[in-house]
Amino acid sequence: MAERLVGADIAPPDLHAKITGRARYAEDFRAPGMVFAKLLLSPMPHARVRRVDASRALAMEGVIDILRADEVPSRDGPREACLTDTPRYEGEPILAVAAVDEETAAAAIEAIEIDFEPLPFVIDPLESLRPGGPNAYVDGNQFSGQDGWSDFKWTDTDFANVDAGQMPDPSCPVDWTKGDPEAAFAESALVLEETIVHQSLTHHPMEPRSNMAYWEGETLHAFVSTQSSQQTKFALAGALQIDPENINLVSEYCGGGFGSKIAGTTVMQIPALLSRKINRPVMLRITRYEENYVGRARPGFQTWLKMGFLQDGKCNAIDLIIVQESGPYGAGDFNTAGMIADLTYTPQNMRFRGVSMYTNTPPKAAQRGPGGAQIISMMEPILEKAGRELGVDRFDIHRMNAPRGDVQFGPRNATLTSVHAVEALDQGREMFDWDAKLAISGQRNGSKVTGVGIGLSPYTAGSRGRDGMMIIRPDGKLYVHQGIGNLGTHSIADTARPAAEVLGYNWEDVEIVWGNSARAYPRSTVQAGSQTTTAHTRANHAAATDALRKIREVAAQALGGSPSDYSVGSGRVSGPGGAMTLGRIAERAIAMGGEYSGEVLPEDVHAQTVPAAQMLSGEGLMGIARDNYGGQGNIYSWVAGFAMVELDEETGVVELKEYVGVTDCGTVIHPRNLGAQVFGGSIQGMGMAMTQRWVFDPQWGVPFANRFYTARPPGFLDIPAKLKWGAVGIPDPQDPVGAKGIGEPPVGAGAAALTSAIADAMGGRCVCRTPLTPDILLAEIEGRPMYGRLEQHVG
Amino acid sequence: MDQEESVSVLEEKYSRRTFIKGVIATGATASSAGYLFRGSPLLGAATYQTATERLITLNVNGQERRVDVLPHETLAMTLRYKLGLTGTKLGCDRAECGACTVLIDGVSQYACSMLTHQVRGRSVGTIEGLEDADTGELSVVQRAVMEEGGFQCAFCAPGFIMAMTEMIEVNPNPTREEARLALSGNLCRCADYDKILTCAMRSAELARSV
Repeated sequence: MAERLVGADIAPPDLHAKITGRARYAEDFRAPGMVFAKLLLSPMPHARVRRVDASRALAMEGVIDILRADEVPSRDGPREACLTDTPRYEGEPILAVAAVDEETAAAAIEAIEIDFEPLPFVIDPLESLRPGGPNAYVDGNQFSGQDGWSDFKWTDTDFANVDAGQMPDPSCPVDWTKGDPEAAFAESALVLEETIVHQSLTHHPMEPRSNMAYWEGETLHAFVSTQSSQQTKFALAGALQIDPENINLVSEYCGGGFGSKIAGTTVMQIPALLSRKINRPVMLRITRYEENYVGRARPGFQTWLKMGFLQDGKCNAIDLIIVQESGPYGAGDFNTAGMIADLTYTPQNMRFRGVSMYTNTPPKAAQRGPGGAQIISMMEPILEKAGRELGVDRFDIHRMNAPRGDVQFGPRNATLTSVHAVEALDQGREMFDWDAKLAISGQRNGSKVTGVGIGLSPYTAGSRGRDGMMIIRPDGKLYVHQGIGNLGTHSIADTARPAAEVLGYNWEDVEIVWGNSARAYPRSTVQAGSQTTTAHTRANHAAATDALRKIREVAAQALGGSPSDYSVGSGRVSGPGGAMTLGRIAERAIAMGGEYSGEVLPEDVHAQTVPAAQMLSGEGLMGIARDNYGGQGNIYSWVAGFAMVELDEETGVVELKEYVGVTDCGTVIHPRNLGAQVFGGSIQGMGMAMTQRWVFDPQWGVPFANRFYTARPPGFLDIPAKLKWGAVGIPDPQDPVGAKGIGEPPVGAGAAALTSAIADAMGGRCVCRTPLTPDILLAEIEGRPMYGRLEQHVG
Repeated sequence: MDQEESVSVLEEKYSRRTFIKGVIATGATASSAGYLFRGSPLLGAATYQTATERLITLNVNGQERRVDVLPHETLAMTLRYKLGLTGTKLGCDRAECGACTVLIDGVSQYACSMLTHQVRGRSVGTIEGLEDADTGELSVVQRAVMEEGGFQCAFCAPGFIMAMTEMIEVNPNPTREEARLALSGNLCRCADYDKILTCAMRSAELARSV
């Protein structure tokens, strides 16, 4: 009997390299004759380049060449090119210089004479909605593929309401209603109305998006920082308009992405194009300062919320309007936010309106729990406020509004495969000792007040239909080919475990193959949307099941009897005719050819899998299959977060004392790593809610908060001293393994538990603005709000 | 260590002023250029002929290494681009994140904010030097991290491991709170802090049992 792998704490196979300095991230690769690129970044938020004179720069010793916007693939409409002569945010790359070293390249950038024509810009999306307000683009502020640009404004009446602090009744491009919100509000025992601002914030993974590239003939060797791997090769090929099979994409390690490097990055095109031009390897090292600009950010929200409750605390109606700060190239968070509000509070009657506004701020992208994390961090304290006003226990109001298995949500009444939010809340209540904590809520210790709060956060957690591919070689080992990325989630190893169990392998005989497209990957997901755990435990399970069938057939052919008489485990197959090692089986599979060695492939695998499988065919017994397990409904995971804080009323400083996070994410594959995801995501959410501000100079449109110390993620001294995690551990019934993803839901839980606990420490008052930095809290405590109710990017 | 001493030690270790003083002392201009990489062999010998540039000997991981170093070159750049020691990571370029933490005479320092000329005659320890050179045996800190499965993306890991290596020397028997303070100069964006702290405590435990 082979060891049990699902549910065990097994360090990932790449850990040794990570802790000895051998792990190579993109900036750790070198190539003979490698030169350095440096970018010229736009000094203004919206402009047109009128003239560039690079003659002095090009004459400098050591400067090799320059790459201009007209030499890179251009994009129409509000879509990003890697270099541009019409920058739409301060920090957008205009051109790149290659030189023998980085300092020479930087000096050359300084020597370039460049003349910009400044253009009108907008930083706060509400300003672009005002009649006569500025637009982020010369041609308008809304774009559709069919109709092109248009100028979308709200009315004077809308803004009369906005300016008077009332909820407006504006037209919005996205507008859906279910049930009858107006009638439901009339029946509500309590209606709360709030205006809310959620800031934008930069992803700031530890590894900036540095990368290196060189060409050998028609083949591009790209050493990149990306969350995904197989899909990044195709994304880069698409961007550069070259054949994907002419790219050797190396992505062994990625120093974090959090949504900012999903299928690679825009800047990864620059070394590839510059290298092709000068015929030398090019390293583009991105500094932290540059990362702030080109590194992506979570979109901010300005929101009006009306929430109705029955006497018992049940939410019966929601009216939600979101204006999203989308940067120059757009984002989809607000749509998800509307869906998640309906899912989490099950009002039955809901109207959602939303508008995505282009702005001249750094580009936006999905950031861990996009849309969900923002809306949950804003709405959970308001739900708790309703509990207080109605005299309903705050735990109970979360529990009664949480969805059950029959939930239908969003405009098209989406369903879920499984939901155990209530179980997560119940387990968290016990682990946190909610009742005892509630007893000390509001307790004073000098100037410090204790607050406790809860945040319940869902997020999508899986997809279906990817391919799995693995091969048993004559050495008897199982080689699992993983086209997903290696960004720190350990999923390259953990999603192979159920497959190894199907084949009865001991973990030491399983080799994970990843990190270099020359090693052959099956069609994989992008590593985003918390899909990977579900998608690739399923795909690998399917491929392992295919391998198991083939092993038995090869054994029966060799030893006699029927395939079903043979069992497989610990590297051997045995049955009535005797036993063989899987190494011997692999040799026989090679000799038999056909489907056994991968020379004949299943007809339903993806076209992208075929060339990869052909690279491996004939080298052993191949297990290869598409995930055809099917399933109905969306796959979502949940985290219930419980926080206790102390708010110092004299300084506005919040100290996190305790945090408990309990997840419903199905079968637990790797407990220790699951705990790390729950804590890590929750703490990122706490940073979002508490420390990471985005501040712009409104006059010039340039950011002040552009480094770690000005938009600070949580450090060791910011996190709660006491942290606990738990898992409901109920397998998803529609899945062969039962595991759901976990990357994203903790962010909203950590943020919302904190915003709820801070509101509790303030006697139930919701500040309705993030981040809740000490100066903002102090101003609120002292009754002198620092900013206009709905201003964005002021802190 | 009393409060006053600890503050002055911290200033000595981390202040930008110390760094800039160092830049001036070596005859270079204090500018952002210090954070960049200069000195490609592709530029030819001309690069190395000004008066303040020189071939120096560094003691890195117990080995004497001869290297051409510019006056304003940071230790991180020398390690990564001239000595091939890419285990030391650059996360922020200026003393905000600790990914480049190395040990100078056993004391943790940010290699991005220390000039290579400042470490002449001192011992430089990097992540690559922690294993036993002959046997490949991991250091106690590395063993602890393997046991506890520490780190996620691990871009911060080399810096944290160097800081832990110093911590168990300075305070062999830390409380969790003391370990948290000792490692607070390093940032982990995955926020794997709880597990990192467990690794630190296990490191100290293993070191005591050796």
